[in-house]
Amino acid sequence: MSIASYVFLAPYLVLMVVFGVMPGLYALYLSFTSRTGNGSFVAFQNFTKVLGDFRFMPAVQHVSLYLLFWLVALVVLVTFFALVVHGLGSRHLRTGLRLVYYLPGALAGASSVMLWLFVLDPTASPVSILIKAMGMASFVNVIVPSHLPVIFAIIAFWTGAGGWIVIMYGALNNISTEVMEAARIDGAGSLRLAWHIQIPMIRKWISYMAIISIAAGVQLFVEPQLLSQASNAIVPNDYSLNQLAYLYAFKQNDFHGSAAISILLLFVALSLSAIFVTRGGLFDKD
Amino acid sequence: MRGIIGVVLIVSVLFFGIPLVWLVLATTKTAHALSVDNPFSFGTFHDFQTNWDQLFSFQNGAVATWVKNSTVYAVGALILTLVASVPAGYALALTEFRLRKPILVSTLVLMLIPNTALVLPVFLELNVVHLIGNPLSVILPMSFFPFGVYLTYIYFSTSIPRELLEAARIDGASEFAIFRRIGLPLAAPVVALVGFFSFVGNWNNFFLPFVMLPRSSGYPIQVGLTSLLASTPAFNPSSAGAQSIQLPTLALATVISVLPVLVVFLFSQRFLVRGMTAGGVKE
Repeated sequence: MSIASYVFLAPYLVLMVVFGVMPGLYALYLSFTSRTGNGSFVAFQNFTKVLGDFRFMPAVQHVSLYLLFWLVALVVLVTFFALVVHGLGSRHLRTGLRLVYYLPGALAGASSVMLWLFVLDPTASPVSILIKAMGMASFVNVIVPSHLPVIFAIIAFWTGAGGWIVIMYGALNNISTEVMEAARIDGAGSLRLAWHIQIPMIRKWISYMAIISIAAGVQLFVEPQLLSQASNAIVPNDYSLNQLAYLYAFKQNDFHGSAAISILLLFVALSLSAIFVTRGGLFDKD
Repeated sequence: MRGIIGVVLIVSVLFFGIPLVWLVLATTKTAHALSVDNPFSFGTFHDFQTNWDQLFSFQNGAVATWVKNSTVYAVGALILTLVASVPAGYALALTEFRLRKPILVSTLVLMLIPNTALVLPVFLELNVVHLIGNPLSVILPMSFFPFGVYLTYIYFSTSIPRELLEAARIDGASEFAIFRRIGLPLAAPVVALVGFFSFVGNWNNFFLPFVMLPRSSGYPIQVGLTSLLASTPAFNPSSAGAQSIQLPTLALATVISVLPVLVVFLFSQRFLVRGMTAGGVKE
């Protein structure tokens, strides 16, 4: 009986080993060995090298700042819009709004960045009046380095928030009507209802969103990569950590340094994920 | 209070809606009209045709190749994902074996890791076996989709009663026969669900093909967009020349690059909720 189970699992397990486990182990091996001397063990040399790289700390700052803006926007606004839309009287309005929020999610990756290049370029932008009113006359004024974390946060929010609003909405639907009714009879208004009942009941989902978003945000790549290309390198091509890892592999031919950065990023993602799976409570049904 | 909420909702609709509407309208204009006309006016069908022709004549029809590549990669990986994850989710949900728990936990942990995190490690690995530039270097890594296994696992454990399988086992049916006669026929809804997430993720994947497929002939459309961007003088002044791309043409390329996913999205909102809340729904 258990042999059959392993046969069912075999294709998936092969993929897991080859594309989930082995790449991680191989990168780990590379990160602790050196290019010269036939892969001799060099302890933490690759790590000290990339950590000491003058581009590393700025990239950490860029990514952290972007994450901060994005997370705050997500947690506050997604929860807010899910609650507001959920509380609307008209069913058509509820459905329509969710669709409007959700559709931009179809433009993930390069496509959404491309769209926002247009929106941010005052010569073509549909909101050029707004951009010019903020004192920015050209694309170059818009993408100055200090604006970038906010710009990336807006792009990521525009693309991803809708999916989360729909999910939170679903989670709000799962709260039993009896609980809500009981609270209303006790005289709770919408605000108190939201604060004391709805938000605590969907807290697991909010933390799920936060964890997934941190894990994904640390990997920032396509947004600065395209913006760098579109701006003739006014936005540097080593803006984020993944870009730096890419440069190590492709421009410097230093796979060991690239592996070291990848391992650091993978470590962040793995820790967040493992903590959430074991402590988050979202998956304990087994 | 109601007034404020009304205003906030209107602003939110404008924020999420304007860029999309504008993008579609932009494809019907000339570059000049795009910068001087009302942003929300419709151009002409003639200009749409001109933009279309310019886009598809770019580098001798490269755009058509990129769309075809995207389709091959996304559908190829989708098929492999289904072949791997349906039986795997079934086995995790409805059979007993020693490594069940560890496999389940690894699946959960791996599914929460963003797929970009493994791109460079997978590149380093596939570089050793000289697969870089081969379509398999994107199809195979995309086929590893733990979230799909998780979804099928949840689906089978909530929709097929174990007693049904016990009855079949007592009748002497083999595990494979049971899977074929009971598991597979009931799998249709979860196949659609996994298919949706897999297709959307594969189609929109940028980093993996960007790293694995260095030649233009192998690009998917998402990576091809960067080539178009590099040939757009409005963003890259050094690119002015015979092969240059105007802004409305770039807008058209963006629309085409998302069209399949947009269509899938329009019909799939309920999928998303069902898929993502699967973990939180009490049995």
